[in-house]
Amino acid sequence: MPYEIIVVGTSWGGLAALRELIGALPAGFGLPLVVVQHRHKRSGQLLPSILQDGTHLCVCEAEDKAPIEAGNVYIAPADYHLLIEDGHFALSTDEPVRYSRPSIDVTFVSAADGYGEHSVGVVLTGANADGARGLKRIYDRGGLALVQRPASAESPTMPAAALQSVPQARALSISEIAATLTSLPVASARHSEIR
Amino acid sequence: MAVSLTGEESLDGPPISYNAELERIEIELLLEGLFRHYGFDFRSYAYASIRRRLWKRIEAEGLSSISDLQARVLHDPSAMERLLLDLSVSVTAMFRDPGFYQVFREDVVPLLRTYPFIRIWHAGCSSGEEVYSTAIVLEEEGLLERTRIYATDINDAVLQQARAGIFPLNRMQEYTENYIRGGGKRSFSEYYTAKYDGALFSPSLTRNTVFSQHNLVTDRSFSEFTVIFCRNVLIYFDRDLQNRVHALFYDSLVTLGILALGSKESLKFSQYEACYEKLHPRERLYRKVR
Repeated sequence: MPYEIIVVGTSWGGLAALRELIGALPAGFGLPLVVVQHRHKRSGQLLPSILQDGTHLCVCEAEDKAPIEAGNVYIAPADYHLLIEDGHFALSTDEPVRYSRPSIDVTFVSAADGYGEHSVGVVLTGANADGARGLKRIYDRGGLALVQRPASAESPTMPAAALQSVPQARALSISEIAATLTSLPVASARHSEIR
Repeated sequence: MAVSLTGEESLDGPPISYNAELERIEIELLLEGLFRHYGFDFRSYAYASIRRRLWKRIEAEGLSSISDLQARVLHDPSAMERLLLDLSVSVTAMFRDPGFYQVFREDVVPLLRTYPFIRIWHAGCSSGEEVYSTAIVLEEEGLLERTRIYATDINDAVLQQARAGIFPLNRMQEYTENYIRGGGKRSFSEYYTAKYDGALFSPSLTRNTVFSQHNLVTDRSFSEFTVIFCRNVLIYFDRDLQNRVHALFYDSLVTLGILALGSKESLKFSQYEACYEKLHPRERLYRKVR
């Protein structure tokens, strides 16, 4: 199954987990990685710049209508929901979902509905249940569901909730997740359509 | 938040069994119907976000398909009003992105001082949070007296709210914090009177403001402006419509006029990038130079 997009959701403890995960991906990684990390609405560019320090991949905040390109790491901007359309991003300032904006579920659902079996969802450490419903959506649409093994997570609540929602998801350590992502078959690039 | 009949929280999307291609056809038909019957043109809205909002409405109405919603809103104008609120309201806050207001004060206000008369357009002002925020800045900088503000939105119901100037009291702590971080010079509570659970903002802030209905999709330019604010409105439009609205803004700005966009919006993906220069490396403030 060739894949086209990876969406990663994390909350409490996410910074260290993301550094480890992204740092373990090789230069020339063939898929776009979209990260939703819960953070304060006024937190600015700190997260992308910290993550950029540990990787050869290009890390940036997702901008409205920006095309999604393979090998880039996109961070959902604080205080916006991040939606994925055919090959590009769309932002929204709609109400927070379960107190979160960005909401992991919102991004995962849009990836699942837009990319179906070509999507990969990854739920990492976190102290709430965001991402569980979105990961189920990805799984139900035929996509790949990966979860950080709760025992290895700084905060096991979010991975545990994801596994409860999707018992078929693979529970892995972060290095195993990185290895799995690196070995995924990659679909040829989807060109962003201008509608 | 919408809760489905099964007690599960809504995903704001269709049931898993829903056919995605059929869904797109139904959405296009619905939007075509709204345009032809009511004149509201949502056909060029960003698909992912309008789809989410439609499913929220479907759930709130107790329906199960886009076609059900189409039948209801076409035959029941009150359902159309509810949908219009869902589709056109943008959720915002006073002094959202305080850094923006700080830069506006420091970099834009000095430019505005060079004009004898200032005209400002808030395009898609929704319930008016930004209108009041900028009026406060202009008041503190002594510019409000020579400013005329046009605040427009497609939705008359939210304009009524904006005109009334009453905002939820429980947001005032957040707004006060934003105001201070945005470079506020006074005590924020000077600007409103608390009454029950509302904060009534001083009508003098809008003494030079005209609130009026205007549709960015179908209506034309109506004046020449020194500054146009349109923050986090264009994110709901697709790229084609964004370009059309950028053409409207370009035509509506004086030379050296200023365009203020939301912090994650940019001109990069529009055809007008070359017509503006950036006023600030981080905040999305642009100046029309050609």
